[in-house]
Amino acid sequence: MTLFWPSTVDGITNGAIYALVALGYTLVYGVLQLINFAHSEVFMVGTFASLFTLHALGISGPQGGLALAGVLVVCGLAAMAASATTALVLERVAYRPLRRRTTSRLAALITAIGASFALQEAFALRYGRDILSFPRVLSKTVLFHIGTGEVRSDKVLVVVAAVVMMFLLDRFMAGTRLGLGIRATAQDPKTAVLMGVDIDRVIVATFLLGGLMAGVAAALWGTFYEVTQYNIGFVIGVKAFTAAVLGGIGNLRGALLGGFALGLVESYGASVFGAKWLDVVAFVVLVVVLLVRPTGLLGEQLAKARA
Amino acid sequence: MAAACGSSKTAANGSSSSGGGSGGGPVKVGFFGALTGPNAQLGINIRDGVKLAVDQYTAKGKGPKVALVDYDSQGDPAQAPQLAQRAISDHTVAVVGPAFSGESKAADPIFEQAGIVNVTASATSPALATHGWKYWHRIVGNDNSQGPAAADFIAKKLAAKRVAVLDDNSEYGKGIADIVRSKLSASGVALAAGGSIDPNATDYSTTVNPINAAKVDVVYFGGYYAAAGRLVKQMRDAGVKATFVSDDGTKDPKFVSGAGAADAEGSYVTCPCGDVTGTAQGQSFARAYQASFHMAPGTYSAEGYDAANVVLTAIGTGNTSAKAIDNYLANHTFDGITATIKFGSNGDIQAGRVYVYQVQHANIVYLGEVSQLVG
Amino acid sequence: MTTSLTRGRARVAQARLRMARHRALLPDLTGPLSAGWARLPRGARWAVRAGVLALAVVAPANQVGQIMAPASDWPSILFYPIGVYILLAVGLNVVVGQAGLLDLGYVAFFAIGSYTMALLGTEAGLSFWIILPLGILCSAVSGLVLGAPTLRLRGDYLAIVTLGFGEIIQRSANNASFTGGPRGISGIPHPPSVDHVGALTYGVLDPRPYYYLVLALIVVVVVVSRRLERSRVGRSWAAIREDEDAAELMGVPTFRFKLWAFVIGASIAGAAGVLFSAKTIAITPDNFPLLLSILVLAAVVLGGSGNLAGVIVGGFVVAWLPERFRALADERVLLFGLALIVMMIFRPEGLFPSRRRRGAPASGTAPVAVVEQAAERVEAQ
Repeated sequence: MTLFWPSTVDGITNGAIYALVALGYTLVYGVLQLINFAHSEVFMVGTFASLFTLHALGISGPQGGLALAGVLVVCGLAAMAASATTALVLERVAYRPLRRRTTSRLAALITAIGASFALQEAFALRYGRDILSFPRVLSKTVLFHIGTGEVRSDKVLVVVAAVVMMFLLDRFMAGTRLGLGIRATAQDPKTAVLMGVDIDRVIVATFLLGGLMAGVAAALWGTFYEVTQYNIGFVIGVKAFTAAVLGGIGNLRGALLGGFALGLVESYGASVFGAKWLDVVAFVVLVVVLLVRPTGLLGEQLAKARA
Repeated sequence: MAAACGSSKTAANGSSSSGGGSGGGPVKVGFFGALTGPNAQLGINIRDGVKLAVDQYTAKGKGPKVALVDYDSQGDPAQAPQLAQRAISDHTVAVVGPAFSGESKAADPIFEQAGIVNVTASATSPALATHGWKYWHRIVGNDNSQGPAAADFIAKKLAAKRVAVLDDNSEYGKGIADIVRSKLSASGVALAAGGSIDPNATDYSTTVNPINAAKVDVVYFGGYYAAAGRLVKQMRDAGVKATFVSDDGTKDPKFVSGAGAADAEGSYVTCPCGDVTGTAQGQSFARAYQASFHMAPGTYSAEGYDAANVVLTAIGTGNTSAKAIDNYLANHTFDGITATIKFGSNGDIQAGRVYVYQVQHANIVYLGEVSQLVG
Repeated sequence: MTTSLTRGRARVAQARLRMARHRALLPDLTGPLSAGWARLPRGARWAVRAGVLALAVVAPANQVGQIMAPASDWPSILFYPIGVYILLAVGLNVVVGQAGLLDLGYVAFFAIGSYTMALLGTEAGLSFWIILPLGILCSAVSGLVLGAPTLRLRGDYLAIVTLGFGEIIQRSANNASFTGGPRGISGIPHPPSVDHVGALTYGVLDPRPYYYLVLALIVVVVVVSRRLERSRVGRSWAAIREDEDAAELMGVPTFRFKLWAFVIGASIAGAAGVLFSAKTIAITPDNFPLLLSILVLAAVVLGGSGNLAGVIVGGFVVAWLPERFRALADERVLLFGLALIVMMIFRPEGLFPSRRRRGAPASGTAPVAVVEQAAERVEAQ
């Protein structure tokens, strides 16, 4: 098994990105029971924002030291701002009008699909349908080995940044009034309203948090894969949603676990069966897990879990 | 619709529904391929070549008038049958296209039954030539000539001992890669760590890791430039030093920009498309193209131009029915800017040649014909 | 007794309609239409149905095509996408509209039907008329195999599992060798022709016979679907859709009926697949993208989930609009996306909301108690 360790390293790296995007699905689902189908486009917008920031900064080659840290932070903030704005606009334009009128969840799903199409096509028309490449910011050097797996600087960045963001989100949910409000609403919206939770504020907050996490994922994606495209969100969106369901949708730690589990399963599966069976392996595992544990690995408990 | 009514009266030279264009209106020549959608660039390249040919024909003012009709398939095989039907009801006599192999399979049987001459400039699947279609023609070498040529180049010119052959699991990419695989094995080259990848995926680590472990000399990829760019970038990032070789689907500047100029440097691509700027004819084509469309000719633009000219030459000598054009094509040799064009009885071009290009200083540079380079 | 019952129903229906009008921001044009429909005498309803069918029969005429799709071949697009989308929408309506099961991978069953036709037609040389029931059977069995383990899952889990199933089928068709891999299968035979009958000559050039075939299939499926809706099965589906736990408590074997809906929906998609394959000559995995599942779902919801007439209109609109506006080829998906949002915001129950879903009684089946409960629910809102 010469491929075991390299597969592990790549599985964890991809899993970190899946997990960050999955948080957005799980937050919104936990509070609204809505599959935010357009969340993949929230991510896509973030990658474009990160790319344009690099262009604006005039970056054309690898940076080092403080300049590197500065560029990464600015890119991350730009992507977070763009993704969060997109998520908020979606909530305001596409979902809130429906929520106000207590319509079926199916209608909201169709709106989400419509928004997803519209955003993708708007970017395709504006920026073309070809792959857009990022300039290299972080030189990709091998830092150390785990077994036979090479651990590269960009992979370390992805995993560390993702874990830090998830830790911050965890603290936020556990330690702030708004976090408490989100959890209360997820558990029982009616009671939460009676207890004085401002439900609109809670919903805006969940979209905002989901957007911020997707933005971080987008900026990391930009430094790791260095490409984006108008439809880049679709595949990762499906994967992240699968990860959320795998871990137990509505459960933040479940999203984390689901993301890493999916990344690893894909990576191992592809090295055993061949790369072309990667997606089939991922979905078969999902179906099997749901049959054994119908509410995902950790169950649905945004409310009960500490985060 | 007046022209349509007139055409049935001039049924002297063709019994099919697309029989005559001499019923008053211009003779209709179509372009069939993607003009919008994700794969539009290749279609636009060809259509612009066709348009240039038609404009030049019209400017000369000799022979029957010709009108160009676009059939935008978006490269989608599901849309192809209805557009082929549309060409029938438009009384189009000849079509340049379809551009891709997938849509060709769905549209060509309809063209054949309706008796519409079709000349593809880019659909290189060998299977298309095996149906015995009378009205079907192809002016580029198919994958059966490109695949062995690429394998020859890898085995002899690059003297590779171990090769990883990958493909994008598309009809085109897998078709050509399978030919390369069998030819390489036949010439004693070891295959390692190959397989199919998902062209829409972004992460190719599960493909790159085995290649890295297998220590190959050459990585061959059958597929298009978008996936090729990402693949090369991730290979180089992972420390794979092997020479990268790919097919005509990768012969696009976006391959270089996708992989990054440094990572793409030194890669080879094969193409049945020659370098036209070596001849005076080709240079004047490139100048005229630049003047009309404000960009340099793209991949298969010259082939589109040649395909249109083959049809226009037939029409120019008074052959306005599909049947007459088809006869003319079968019995004449054409001096195109890409090659000397003579169709075999199955519709394929005889003597399809294959050329090699290399990425040098971020440009895709013409090296020469494979058979000469291999020697 | 019957008359007083009818009067009671009419009152409730009117109250319900008033409420609906209050809620809809757009002027409610279709509401009165469907209410008027309910009040029409039996004979008149049949006359309208016959009229619609007559229109469908003359639809392939050139004159119609010039208005409906000036840049496309109208008889061709009447078969695909229009006819096939309508058939798929009616099939998916059984699953989503009637039983309330969210299926995001419906295209899988369409693909299974198509590949059954392609494989049996080219390898075994069987006739279309033998393969049609076999294709339906294959799809139904796949529906059973997928449904049996997964239908115990709750709504949104079902959605993602079906989405996964759709992807698995498409990827497997692309990867496996017996399906021809990415090359697909070509040389698929046409249905056998009846000599000297134009409408029954299945060749390459004339798409109209195929259109009449899909039209006939749509009529059959609509009739079956309508019969089911008004049977015990249909009432059980409605109960499951509205409140699964309550239905279970009331003694409805929910799992069995959910499985039925899934299998019936799969069979209809399978039939559509066989037909599509028999016309198209060559199929590849590219013919069965996830997008197709989503478009058909959009057709169902757009038209009015649960309402047959609405779903047919929805299928027509989703298939026809992009063809009508070919000139806007690059922008049409963007416009389609925006249209979906606007549509759902202003008419979330679709163009033709299901009467049953509105809470008004469906003619002839709902017990009085259910009607009264529905009325109370309306007042409460």
